[in-house]
Amino acid sequence: MGLKMRLWMLISAVIILSVISLFIGAINIKPSDLLDWESLETQIFLISRLPRLLAIILAGAGMGIAGLIMQSLSRNKFVSPTTAGTLDAAKLGIIISMMFFTSMSYIGQIMFSFAFALIGTFIFMQLLERIKFKDVVFVPLIGIMYGNILGAISTFLAYEGNMLQNVDTFFQGSFTLVVSGRYELLYVAVPAIIIAYIYANKFTVAGMGEDFAKNVGLSYRAVLNIGLVIVAIISTTVILTVGIIPFLGLIVPNLVSLYLGDNLRKTIPHTIFMGAAFLLICDIISRLIVHPFEIPVNTTVAVIGSAIFLIMLFRGKAYAKK
Amino acid sequence: MIEIKGLSKSFGKKTVVEDVTLKIQAKAITSFIGPNGAGKSTLLSMVSRLLDADTGEVLLDQSDVKKMKSDAFAKRVAILKQANHLNIRLTVRELVSFGRYPYSKGRLNKEDQKFVDQALEYMNLTDMQDKFLDELSGGQKQRAFISMVIAQDTDYILLDEPLNNLDMKHSVQIMKILRKLVDELGKTVVIVLHDINFASVYSDRIVALKDGRLVKDGPTHEIINSDALREVYDMHIPVQVQDGCRICVYFNSHN
Ligand SMILES: Nc1ncnc2c1ncn2[C@@H]1O[C@H](COP(=O)(O)OP(=O)(O)OP(=O)(O)O)[C@@H](O)[C@H]1O
Ligand SMILES: [Mg+2]
Repeated sequence: MGLKMRLWMLISAVIILSVISLFIGAINIKPSDLLDWESLETQIFLISRLPRLLAIILAGAGMGIAGLIMQSLSRNKFVSPTTAGTLDAAKLGIIISMMFFTSMSYIGQIMFSFAFALIGTFIFMQLLERIKFKDVVFVPLIGIMYGNILGAISTFLAYEGNMLQNVDTFFQGSFTLVVSGRYELLYVAVPAIIIAYIYANKFTVAGMGEDFAKNVGLSYRAVLNIGLVIVAIISTTVILTVGIIPFLGLIVPNLVSLYLGDNLRKTIPHTIFMGAAFLLICDIISRLIVHPFEIPVNTTVAVIGSAIFLIMLFRGKAYAKK
Repeated sequence: MIEIKGLSKSFGKKTVVEDVTLKIQAKAITSFIGPNGAGKSTLLSMVSRLLDADTGEVLLDQSDVKKMKSDAFAKRVAILKQANHLNIRLTVRELVSFGRYPYSKGRLNKEDQKFVDQALEYMNLTDMQDKFLDELSGGQKQRAFISMVIAQDTDYILLDEPLNNLDMKHSVQIMKILRKLVDELGKTVVIVLHDINFASVYSDRIVALKDGRLVKDGPTHEIINSDALREVYDMHIPVQVQDGCRICVYFNSHN
């Protein structure tokens, strides 16, 4: 199958899934209801369903791109915001800002969380440079451990501050709370993705390793830092609006890499649409499985994602090593 | 011309390159030879700026390489390292295209494409250009890397044991291509070789290192003789002349 064809299929999948996503939910909305501008259905559609759809698409595409960049820069197929402590660091940042800087504005909290995500990921990358044993599986395991340490600090702080419950709901990873007014921060992911595309060739060259990069005159460190900033921006906006979406950044870029390789200029568009489609499917499942109620999307993502991840681990260890 | 002046490098307490001074002639092939661990790769890495020297300097046509802008430098000097573990999946053509990065930043114009086509053809890779690197044999991969360096079209080409993994036919072919790059296009090639017969037959000059020091530096015929080679390798290496080439027959040598 041609590559153009595949991209079109992904785009079509996203469109079809979007339509499905718009018309399922606790309240039944028919397309004909939307003709009446004043109707309750139209209001729900505009205030809840549409923002939710946009949030899913942006979060799915964004997490896919964040994972892709991290895999390229770390030169490890199994590194992603979930397996490098990025998400946990962002979470820690929010908790600290909520606990110790109670008067801080929302923007202040966002910046705080962003700074933590950035520093947290940076520390992991530094760690990665220092360890000698760069096994494809060993590296993400270290990342997960590192993330768990950050997570433990978060839990401890939240426990001490009697906020455990709040924190749990906050990061549940759900689109139920996504209504207009609460998700707009996700738009920040759009320029981040565009910049990622502009830098695609640089990321690919950096992914060939420092020596290759220097040989063709790329300022390796600068590209690395730009990549980390993009990853931190996307991760923070996603975590603050919809919570933690695990595994997506890991499996989507890997699935794309399987048929398309690792030239980011080629893989970024596919990653965007596959990420969106993947999250749309998970969200639709979450909403249908106990209809008219729904389960948190990150539960669905975790179940499906970890299954795919395990398959990749067992079947793909050889492939990831190449 | 590349001038290396008093270059030294230590790792911890171990000095691996010690006060090396030499001139690499332009428009010629210079082979670096010497035992394992002599410091050849380290020296090459410092010349190509992949590694910072502790002391000394490298001048490229009179200017200090450290002061050159990185993309300007990338248009003048290309290096291929000894071991290349590329764990990303690119097609052969994509890899070679990135050799044009210093010029195109990844957006190849017609001229860039021409260089890529030519570099692929030089290395006999045209038929495999759309294959992923991880589908190639070790030698084919090595040829793809060399092809990338050729596409970079620099005046100076530094290659660290490029004949690794290559069969005889392709080794000869690559040395012939390097000769052609020098003789017809006026490039300067610096190459680390362990097969001293390739060094003998194809290079204009030979530089020998041992324990981090420069022990020999001169035209090929001055180095390829039993006395000079004993100094480098601590081994008796008989030299025979065959079809006008000096061939070292060391396979059954007794100290
Ligand atoms: N990064 C490093 N850290 C510590 N020691 C190093 C490092 N790189 C090289 N060395 C040491 O420096 C010495 C010279 O290494 P170098 O790779 O330059 O040798 P070489 O002449 O290229 O050998 P070979 O023919 O085996 O490739 C060796 O003893 C090596 O152990
Ligand atoms: Mg070496």
